[in-house]
Amino acid sequence: MVDLALDSAAGPSSRWTAALRRGGPRLWLGAALVGVLVLVALAAPLIAPHDPLEQDLMSAQLPPAWTSGGDPAYFLGTDSLGRCVLSRLIYSARTAVAVALVAATLAAAIGIVLGLVAGSFGGWIDQLTSRLIDVWMAFPPVLLSIVLAAVIGAGLTSVIAAIVVVDWTRFARVVRAETMVQLKRDYAAAARAIGLGRGGILRLEILPNLVPLVVTLLAVEMGIAILVEVILSFVGISVAGDTPTWGGMIAEGRQIVYQAPWIMALPIACIILSVIGFNLLGDGLRTLLDPVQRR
Amino acid sequence: MRWGEIIRRLVVIPPTLVGVAVIVFVLLRVVPGDPIAMMIPPGATPTNIEHLRAFYGLDQPILRQFITWFGQALRGDFGRSISVHQSVFELVRARLPATLELALLATLIAVVLGTITALIGIRLRGRRAELLVDGGVGVFLAIPDFLWALILLLLFGVLIPLLPISGRIDPEIDVSLHSNFYLLESLLTGRFDIANALVHHMILPAVALALPFSALVARILKASLADAEDQDYAQIARARGFSRPEILLREVFPNALIPTVALGGVQVTLLLGGTVLVERIFSYEGIGNMAIDAVINRDFPLIQGLILTFAVLFIALNLAVDLLVALLDPRLRHG
Repeated sequence: MVDLALDSAAGPSSRWTAALRRGGPRLWLGAALVGVLVLVALAAPLIAPHDPLEQDLMSAQLPPAWTSGGDPAYFLGTDSLGRCVLSRLIYSARTAVAVALVAATLAAAIGIVLGLVAGSFGGWIDQLTSRLIDVWMAFPPVLLSIVLAAVIGAGLTSVIAAIVVVDWTRFARVVRAETMVQLKRDYAAAARAIGLGRGGILRLEILPNLVPLVVTLLAVEMGIAILVEVILSFVGISVAGDTPTWGGMIAEGRQIVYQAPWIMALPIACIILSVIGFNLLGDGLRTLLDPVQRR
Repeated sequence: MRWGEIIRRLVVIPPTLVGVAVIVFVLLRVVPGDPIAMMIPPGATPTNIEHLRAFYGLDQPILRQFITWFGQALRGDFGRSISVHQSVFELVRARLPATLELALLATLIAVVLGTITALIGIRLRGRRAELLVDGGVGVFLAIPDFLWALILLLLFGVLIPLLPISGRIDPEIDVSLHSNFYLLESLLTGRFDIANALVHHMILPAVALALPFSALVARILKASLADAEDQDYAQIARARGFSRPEILLREVFPNALIPTVALGGVQVTLLLGGTVLVERIFSYEGIGNMAIDAVINRDFPLIQGLILTFAVLFIALNLAVDLLVALLDPRLRHG
């Protein structure tokens, strides 16, 4: 309660710091990691020392600059075609961030709508949605996205579509169950009593109560989307061949892992930091937004 | 009540499988790539191509193709692989044991690791070190199996070359076994040289699959243990003077096991799905690796057969977990 009083009295900036403090170290560490990732993606042309596609066969497979044989011009070394590893890592972040934001948002939108509809209408609509979810759960998700991406063909859209088609169930399942729970609460009955229709109750009463849950799922889903993009590009069915991706770099590095292990190690490190960032952000947001955990 | 739920689950299995089959079938039929174009030798005449298309039934309308395929599938005939020219059933039968053995080993490792971690975590309950255990579990949970596979490959295959990083067994070893369950058979028949080589190849992929799952087991089991420890019976046992480890093992652990199996068991499907990429990374000859090849080669019959195999495994696993929970829980056993 003291918290609340402070919040309303303080200006917007201190409200942010209060929120960060309440979310704990997870929230700010997660927000920082995700923030850096997004910044790197946005500013890629400004901060990348080289063109990520520029080949320099004379200086192929250079080790990182601080090791013996390294070239200060290529801080993290070069790959087997002499392309700058640092620049390729930076540009790969663009694909990762684009996929994470778009795919996770679309999967959430579809999942939330279907979950709300199934949870509130019940009856055969709920039966149909639940059976659909059953069928989806019987697919190995990785294999399904690989098949989908192969079917739709290479490109950013196909990667995004593969993720959305596979992952909408994550949102639909949770939202459906939560909608059913919330609709049984007194406040939903009260809303019905004052004459709100089904749409009104869902939009004005239920949806706001789902926000903490959905925001948390969304952050986690963004991490998952990054991983699926990595998987697809690792297998070789992601975006067009010359666009740098972390998964593609790993696949190339796997070929020459004995000669140049850093080429594989560096994108792995980037992926781990991004995924942990999104997970921490999700955890932190849940603590921040969930009124029960806040107390 | 619980049994009614299990019967309901049994009833929805056939429609679920049909649903999976229909979706895969339709998906594959809209593929732009033509599997026949990929397999014809140079200089084939249009008649040859038509002939091949007819041989694989690809000249029929989709609905007709599906009915034919489905009718044969019911009789155990899943068609012939287009890229490997063998019966899909035989291909899956030859490769499935490799995947099952890998998944089983991974599950065992995960259960042992996860249980130890949970017990350590619960012993540290309320201390600062508990946060450390929880944080570690969080990190292991966030990093998925295929990233662990790559990390382990780099660490123990390349930087400190301790273990082999590709294949199921060394090519120079003569494996003359009757079944394709190499590990089980070699252990049962006492051929420990083969078993040893197999396990060496399986350690890295199995640990990669096990790590995130062990974190999951640790998290669920620790939460259940904490829950059970706060119950009256545990408090009473403590009041009667039993030591904490004694109470943990005798009273708390058996009760915490039920929610852990119920929640964690279902997640074994995640581990099974993870074999697709982990097998690929370690060139392990299981059905996951074969599935990626099948997709790349647009081998429709093989993709269909493999996805259905995974679907059957997933559904069977879920059902097995339900049964196990029903057997473990005394209230459900009698009720």
